[in-house]
Amino acid sequence: MLIHLSSPHIHSGDSIRSQMMSVIWALIPAALVSVYIFGWLAVLQISSCMLACLATEWLTLKWMGRSTSPIGDASAALTGLLLALTLPALTPWWMTILGGIFAIGLGKQVYGGLGYNPFNPALSARIILLISFPLQMTTWIIPLHASLSGLNLYDVSLAWTLFTSGIAALPQAVDAMTMASPLGYVKTAWTQGIGANEALQTYHYSYLNAFIGREAGSLGETSALALLLGGIYLLARHTITWHIPFSFLATVAVLAATANTLDPNHYTPPLFHLLAGGLMLCVFFMATDPVSSPVTPVGQLVFGVGCGVITWSIRTWGGYPEGAMFAVVLMNCAVPLIDHYCRPKVYGQARKKA
Amino acid sequence: MIKHFFKKLGFSSAPFAGGIQPDMQKWTESSAIEICPLPPLLIVPMKQHIGQACSSLVKVGDHVLRGQKIAKAEGYVSVPVHAPTSGKVIKIEEHAIPHPSGMGLASIFIEPDGLDERDTSLQPITDWQNMDVGALRERVRVCGIAGLGGAAFPTFIKLVQDQRNPIETVILNGIECEPFLTNDHRLMVEHSQEILHGMKIIMHMVGAKQGIIAIEDNKADAIQSMQDTVDDANIEGLNIHVRVLPTRYPQGSEKQLIEVIIGKQVPAGKLPMHVGVICQNIGTTKAIYEAVVLGYPLTERVMTVSGDAVPNKGNLLVRLGTSMRFIYAQRGLENFEGLQILHGGPMMGERLRHPDIPVIKSSTGLLALSQDFFKQAHAVEEPCIRCGHCSEACPIGLTPNLLADHCRNEQLEKAADYHLFDCIECGACSYVCPSHIPLVHYFRFGKGQAAQVRREQNFAEASRQRSESRDTRIQREKDEKAAKRKKVRATHAPTPTEAEQGKE
Repeated sequence: MLIHLSSPHIHSGDSIRSQMMSVIWALIPAALVSVYIFGWLAVLQISSCMLACLATEWLTLKWMGRSTSPIGDASAALTGLLLALTLPALTPWWMTILGGIFAIGLGKQVYGGLGYNPFNPALSARIILLISFPLQMTTWIIPLHASLSGLNLYDVSLAWTLFTSGIAALPQAVDAMTMASPLGYVKTAWTQGIGANEALQTYHYSYLNAFIGREAGSLGETSALALLLGGIYLLARHTITWHIPFSFLATVAVLAATANTLDPNHYTPPLFHLLAGGLMLCVFFMATDPVSSPVTPVGQLVFGVGCGVITWSIRTWGGYPEGAMFAVVLMNCAVPLIDHYCRPKVYGQARKKA
Repeated sequence: MIKHFFKKLGFSSAPFAGGIQPDMQKWTESSAIEICPLPPLLIVPMKQHIGQACSSLVKVGDHVLRGQKIAKAEGYVSVPVHAPTSGKVIKIEEHAIPHPSGMGLASIFIEPDGLDERDTSLQPITDWQNMDVGALRERVRVCGIAGLGGAAFPTFIKLVQDQRNPIETVILNGIECEPFLTNDHRLMVEHSQEILHGMKIIMHMVGAKQGIIAIEDNKADAIQSMQDTVDDANIEGLNIHVRVLPTRYPQGSEKQLIEVIIGKQVPAGKLPMHVGVICQNIGTTKAIYEAVVLGYPLTERVMTVSGDAVPNKGNLLVRLGTSMRFIYAQRGLENFEGLQILHGGPMMGERLRHPDIPVIKSSTGLLALSQDFFKQAHAVEEPCIRCGHCSEACPIGLTPNLLADHCRNEQLEKAADYHLFDCIECGACSYVCPSHIPLVHYFRFGKGQAAQVRREQNFAEASRQRSESRDTRIQREKDEKAAKRKKVRATHAPTPTEAEQGKE
């Protein structure tokens, strides 16, 4: 009651729910593109993942004897949606659900619930899945070409069969239906001594396809355009600030451009990096996750630069083709340190020598 | 440097860091100032400013005149209190003052006689240009003028010429960035002559070369009115200008306004005069004019009566000491069931427990808000999601969410390291927090705890010093006794000079 006597006595009307909902709205374009490309399979993946997250949230809160009201703040639903969009379309149903349980249970509630998780819940679940099930997590269905191969994903029953029975249910040989992602293809080619330019040519890679979402990839990661639209919406709504996306993207671009100029045959061009894999998703939706990113503007710039350096390094020299999600999770570890050293200059105080 | 670069690119157009743009709800901006009738009883608290309380000069049964000094200032940071109207002192006892705790203070109860006779002992000063600055300063002090913008700091203290810190600029603060409040706005529209006259007096007193009247762009008529008055006056070759600023809270905060106007920050622990500036509130400036040119002590002020629960909103000229319940009744509000009543603006004002409280010098506004307004502000606190909106909103450059954690855990040293004591309690962080965390409340708690710790430390230090001085005293007495004994013996021994020579 005493608290209620303390000023200010008016409020912007903003709430956790409104913050989370604006991110969900921002993901709608990417979700729609995934439904367009992967048909009913995308609908099944997204809805089952979201349901798994919501159910886990409800059960863990019940189990801990806490109020179940946080279920209404839409943060669990958002985690479900985000995780689903990072999954390949052919992920077996039990893996999707396991991912949802990991995300909320191990990614969030073990730390004390919303606001206390050091890592982005969706990303940590995605990494657990990738490390546990490397094959399924890197098997991508050929986008849009699917119908050419007689695979009609707008057919509910076929999608259901694929969802419940997995790759084994494919009518033809698996190889004909699936392909590597551009990042994976280039990486494999490189280990075989094939240069970046040549690899991209044999892959029939096109920037336009990568931009609008016609290259292979996870459900929501194919279309850089849709993710960019969502990111712009978040910036316009002021849910996120420009610091992390800008510094993250700029760092990747600068590193890639420098390396590409030095040795074009060895290093892929910057635009390829920007459009490839889950970078856009990580930049606008994972790295900017408020809970696990720095609070201060300077800290956010540092965080973004760190993410960019690690992403490009893993993609270039690491064991995995895609490094964006590892980069974000690694930088998440450094957030308390970054926040401590990157505090803004206080009015009237001389800037501290750090 | 990076920040500066982006500022140049236009990423941040805000002239001071942080800030918010709340819904201003200036519903009373076009209501002319009305005179509030005299209430049947005036209750005048003996402290209406920051500093020491006054002591009463009258006793029960005395007849007083309007403007008569009824309580004298005690100490330097203090100004006297005057009778708001003529009448009889009926009692002197403790009465509630505008404070969230509901605390009381010795107050003088005056029953008006309805004649409103003025005490004319103070002579008007029309040729202040030729007056000694010290005499003008004394006039401002005896007239009981304290900052009418809400802080109520004794004004005469700021009006000083100091060789080491010459004042270059006088800033007239016409920002009024608190939502709802329009009293300064109306004063600028209706009393621009008096305000400009007051400003000239201030500039003369501090020896300033230029004067700037800062007004936010949501007050077009006030800008027009002040500009017209300044244009007429500038014929006399005065360096006074109107500066229009984009609307942004808390631009009216002294430190922020100074940064916007002169582009320099007031260093921590220093005063505006150390960067060659003083700021004055609009109402205070008018009060200075009245004190000097008319010889009127401060007995009334303009305040905004607003809020969705007030049927007849407006700007009122109110005698100090008028009961808030009386004012609300004048504006058609009598039932306070389920309402929140505020003294001051909604961002920094105090919430009061009941309206039976007198208006004092710092009363900028009186609001009554219904459930719709305050349910958002006082929603249940949720966990921090570290969105950083609070850091973005903070005009001081704090990280409120991290600071609040330290305050909550009573890690006071850590909190001080995060600049707890630089917080101006503007409320911008609490306003934007999506988790409805009462951040400012935590900061007040932290400051209170730190003050408590300091008191205890001071007490312990004083005890230690007492005990130490006792030990040294005992030792000294012992030494003196020993010396005495030695002296007695020395009369039978060789003289010290002989002894020293012997050593050589």
